[in-house]
Amino acid sequence: MTTTVAAPATAAPVATPKVRRGWTQHGMVFVAPFLLIYVAFLVWPTLLGFQMSLSSVNIAGGNNKFVGFDNYVEAFGDPRMWRSLWNTVVFTVLSTIPLVFLGLVFALLVHNLRFVQWLWRLSFFGPFLLPSAVVSILWLQMIYPPDYGLINGTLGTDVLWLGDPSVAMWSMVLTTVWWTVGFNFLLYLAALQSIPQHLYEAAAIDGASAWDKLRSITLPLLGRTTALIVVLQLVASLKVFDQIYLMTGGGPQDSTRPIIEYAYDVGFTGYRTGYASAVSYILFALIVIVSLAQLRLFRKREEVAS
Amino acid sequence: MHGPPDITRRHLLGGSLALLGAAATGCAIPVGLGSSQTRVQYWHFLGASDGIIMNQMVQAFAEQTPDIFVEENVLAWGEPYYTKIAMAGSGGRSPDLATFHLARLAGIGAGKILDPINVELLEEAGLKAADFSPPIWERAHLDGVLYAIPFDAHPMVLYYNTDLCGRAGLLGPDGKLLPTKGVDELIAQLTKAKEVMGGKPPLAFDALGLGTVGPWRVWYALYAQSGGTLLSDDGTKVTIDDAKALEALRLMQRLGKEGLCDWRTDYGASVAKFTNGEAAFLWNGDWETTGLKERRTPFSMTRFPAVLGTGAAQADCHSFVLPHQRDRDPEVERATYRFIAYLVKNSADWAVAGHVPAYLPALEQPEYLALQPQSEYRSVITEVALDPQVWYTGSASRLWIEFGEAFSPVIGGTRTPEDGLAAAKAALTRLMAAPNPFPDEER
Repeated sequence: MTTTVAAPATAAPVATPKVRRGWTQHGMVFVAPFLLIYVAFLVWPTLLGFQMSLSSVNIAGGNNKFVGFDNYVEAFGDPRMWRSLWNTVVFTVLSTIPLVFLGLVFALLVHNLRFVQWLWRLSFFGPFLLPSAVVSILWLQMIYPPDYGLINGTLGTDVLWLGDPSVAMWSMVLTTVWWTVGFNFLLYLAALQSIPQHLYEAAAIDGASAWDKLRSITLPLLGRTTALIVVLQLVASLKVFDQIYLMTGGGPQDSTRPIIEYAYDVGFTGYRTGYASAVSYILFALIVIVSLAQLRLFRKREEVAS
Repeated sequence: MHGPPDITRRHLLGGSLALLGAAATGCAIPVGLGSSQTRVQYWHFLGASDGIIMNQMVQAFAEQTPDIFVEENVLAWGEPYYTKIAMAGSGGRSPDLATFHLARLAGIGAGKILDPINVELLEEAGLKAADFSPPIWERAHLDGVLYAIPFDAHPMVLYYNTDLCGRAGLLGPDGKLLPTKGVDELIAQLTKAKEVMGGKPPLAFDALGLGTVGPWRVWYALYAQSGGTLLSDDGTKVTIDDAKALEALRLMQRLGKEGLCDWRTDYGASVAKFTNGEAAFLWNGDWETTGLKERRTPFSMTRFPAVLGTGAAQADCHSFVLPHQRDRDPEVERATYRFIAYLVKNSADWAVAGHVPAYLPALEQPEYLALQPQSEYRSVITEVALDPQVWYTGSASRLWIEFGEAFSPVIGGTRTPEDGLAAAKAALTRLMAAPNPFPDEER
């Protein structure tokens, strides 16, 4: 059915005017200011950070000696680095799946509701507007406390939501899903609204059921949005820091410490900026690998689709 | 705010209020600075109830010394504070004066981040070595150079609810808690209190939670009582005595298991429970005194109980340091020393906040001796268990947090004392193996 969706008319090839390519062209002039900022605030610090990761520099800028790959060797032999890297991966997997799935489910629900839609939209998107500090205090002080917290109080359970190493990571995922699902929800909602209504009308005439429409029209047409959401979500989850730092500080027993917090700990508490840079570059490498893998994956899928 | 490592809601609010207050009264911007005044920039982390006392002392100094204006800046306690000191000191444009935990001296790169104390100027201001408690004075040195001026010691103490203890028959005829010695007497005391409280745990301390260091404080006090040490004097070898370390951990586990201490309380909850009369005893640093008095809790306090030998108690010391400046204005420098001398000599006022003065003459002053219950535990000053002098120790340091993490589940009963000790030793070995960010040759 996707083939029928493709726009039938492709523009006839128009003779394009000759464009001269080169550094002197005015296109470059327009791009230059941005490029300058990009180099000054992204490329240059990235290189500088890498240089730091090869030194023993401390937070005061002293003890600045070239140590080669010593920091990396130390990091690869550091069980806490591995633990925090593993925590980051676990958090990413555990959070991305519900965040994408629930975003879609909520969007479908709201899209098909015909009354007080604004209220539902606000309800799902609302938490996303809260700053991480507010979210953390809310859950830390009102929802998770073992004695009087909302969950234990309501369910009559006796769980140490943030104090039990086997539960704490799940608690962080729960908080994160509640807090950030609104963004994916919004993207899905926008995508749903851009699906032409006449497709559903045509399907209805052919006698398609609601399930058929969902499976054959809605989900395939949301494919690109899903790809985008998954990429954004994976990168966002790999970079988790705020709520974990504020709610558990990485504990109990290192069970929630993400790698960014580990870099923060060794750099700012331990004053070892060089080593912290090395830890950061390990995360950087992980994010690059994940992003490249996804790009390849989705490109292949698009090629298959076309 | 110096005791609790975790930022509890109360401390966060207190700190923000203090900051707001500082901003509102124009402390951050020297609007009060007259043309003939010398300005001394002063950073400190005293944002809890002892922050109020510090603010009063700064104001009293201003009244007495109109030619000096002290610009007080209250910063958040803990890791962020030491990050700021390190960065300000390395840039050479730091405040003229800052408070500091003595145990962190070895870790900050003194000499690069901190300037040495000018002993001549200090004497000119009226302070000399003989005025200070010798072990603490010794601590303020690094390689024989004085880097800090000690202000107080803040040990672990025992707070007790006089109502509950009275009903349990634990008070003597003078209304003071009958002293206990050894494990059995401690357990008997707690058990009696538990009966009076209808079976609820009578003892509260910071046992669990975000960045908790309570289990470290308790363990280090108990372990030091039995004569245990962490590291060799030169800091190159772990010297933990397994038998002694386990004895302390087993006792901590027993307290949790037998319902004698509430192992599910974090810092804030433990203080709140004691404040509200839901716990007969609180093991904590001495800095909650002012807050408890304000809330009219019927309490008194005494030395941390001698359980496993001596009466040693885990402690750290507040002190004053001069963060590194590229060019120090001699006039400001002189004013800074005058201000320090004022604070130190008026240590009896500071003791109101709960801390034991490091300035020996203050310990004999009638004002101090009249302070109740602050003067009750002053004898601990000769038995404080201080951190080993290596770069990863001191308030809110990695050592405290890692040991807190290792021992917290032991109290809760989810980790054996053996596993807890193994985790702590592994952490210590790791910290020891990591290179010092401020090596000696940098000094």
